[in-house]
Amino acid sequence: MKVLVPVKRVVDANVKVRVKADHSNVDTANLKMALNPFCEIAVEEAVRLKEAGIATEVVVVSVGSKAVQEQLRTAMALGADRAIHIETDEELVPLSIAKLLLAVQQKEQAQLVVFGKQSIDGDNNQTGQMLAALADMPQATFASEVKVEGDNIVVTREIDGGLQTLTMPLPAVVTVDLRLNEPRYASLPNIMKAKRKPLDVHSVTDLAVTLKAHQTVLKVTPPAERQAGIMVSSVEELVEKLKIEAKVI
Amino acid sequence: MTILVLAEHDNAHLKADTAKVVAAASAIGGDIHVLVAGHQCAEAANAAKALTGVTKVLVADSALYANHLAENLGKLIISLSTDYSHILSAASSVGKDTLPRVAALLDVAQISEVISVESADTFIRPIYAGNALATVQSLDDKKVMTVRSSAFDAVASTGSAELVAIDTAIDARTQFVSQTLTESARPELGNAGIIVSGGRGMGSGENFAILEQLADKLGAAVGASRAAVDAGFVPNDLQVGQTGKIVAPDLYIAVGISGAIQHLAGMKDSKVIVAINKDPEAPIFQVADYGLEADLFDAIPALNNLL
Repeated sequence: MKVLVPVKRVVDANVKVRVKADHSNVDTANLKMALNPFCEIAVEEAVRLKEAGIATEVVVVSVGSKAVQEQLRTAMALGADRAIHIETDEELVPLSIAKLLLAVQQKEQAQLVVFGKQSIDGDNNQTGQMLAALADMPQATFASEVKVEGDNIVVTREIDGGLQTLTMPLPAVVTVDLRLNEPRYASLPNIMKAKRKPLDVHSVTDLAVTLKAHQTVLKVTPPAERQAGIMVSSVEELVEKLKIEAKVI
Repeated sequence: MTILVLAEHDNAHLKADTAKVVAAASAIGGDIHVLVAGHQCAEAANAAKALTGVTKVLVADSALYANHLAENLGKLIISLSTDYSHILSAASSVGKDTLPRVAALLDVAQISEVISVESADTFIRPIYAGNALATVQSLDDKKVMTVRSSAFDAVASTGSAELVAIDTAIDARTQFVSQTLTESARPELGNAGIIVSGGRGMGSGENFAILEQLADKLGAAVGASRAAVDAGFVPNDLQVGQTGKIVAPDLYIAVGISGAIQHLAGMKDSKVIVAINKDPEAPIFQVADYGLEADLFDAIPALNNLL
């Protein structure tokens, strides 16, 4: 079984981004970049399926500028077998990404496509579901447990208020949540080995996908800063403030 | 302009999220229809009928829709989509699961987690865990969007909309196996007026008992930071934060929570924030309206005695 894992290069989760002075976008110049944390969990799950003898090949794919090859190499250092880079300098909406991934999926015919549930920059939480719809595949989003049973997949999902378990025939799309697994660290020998693993580059035109403009970002602004309040010296004072000043209890 | 709102419900009860999404729909303007898709969901449909501003409630009542599976729920919405300029749902686990499928099949982008409606085609949504707000204008003929319900005030229930049965039955390859929902007499995190949240400082799951006691005195929900969830103190559905629940109660009491960016993203829109922490340098104090530097194991029992 082949597993396809789409991944994204994002600003490192520990870096606080700032909005550009002209409010055109966030300023990502010279910031530390990383593999999106949810994508890292997706790669880890695919690699574990391979180690368990269920997956035969793990292919990672990313859409973006030449720089995303760094994250594709990271994914290969974590255990993916080969990588596909769809090169574009344009910032694409999730639907356009899903259309490009559909072209890759049609060529690769992966039985399972594993996504991170969202990227921590755009916070869209759409691409996996969109690919599933375009490819007419069933999906299990926000997975916290994944089991392949023959031609089916059984997935436990994190839903509002609890957990839900679904089963569906392959091919299918799974998007992963935080608690699915704890990704490994890439070892130095594996980082070296990843440099020699195959990485194919395609352009949007190669894939014969026509994309259109769906939205315009008019401005990007910082959120209203919350003013720090006051320190109280005792529990009694706190209760009094909440009752009399804030009137919330 | 006619707007379709996907109702959030468990067949018996309409969730408060729906009334908040209807509020977002009202801000867009136009006729508002609500789709209640479920199984034996007449009660939820009746509650939807009363939402102020709603003119029609479409009821798709079939065993096929009992578990709100994205695969066929998405197709059902597509089958109804011709008449609508906007399709909205809450940014709930069902909405986030289903609406991107709808958008993709309609060949339109989705706008996720809308927190403000500027006009019929322009919306504000948080990006980078709420560290920036993007004002986005949609160029698509249909607008598909999920709404962060905590950003809107629920509409009242003064209306009396027409009920229309939808008999489109669509099957899914996805099969429901089981579901375990956390049973609690306390309010749900998403709708609670007061939330008492614990972090790594709680030390253990057992210690959450003192927070539960406080929550019960206040009629509050109990939440937790990711650190507390990852440490195994409490189940993941209590998690408040960027990757958990985004909440905006009237009062948020953060106990033993340092205030990582991740956590702040999930609660910083609360009306009043109280932080109790023994570390005076904890970042949570920078967003708190009232901070108390104290050992929570002294402060919480004292608070319980006073209330």
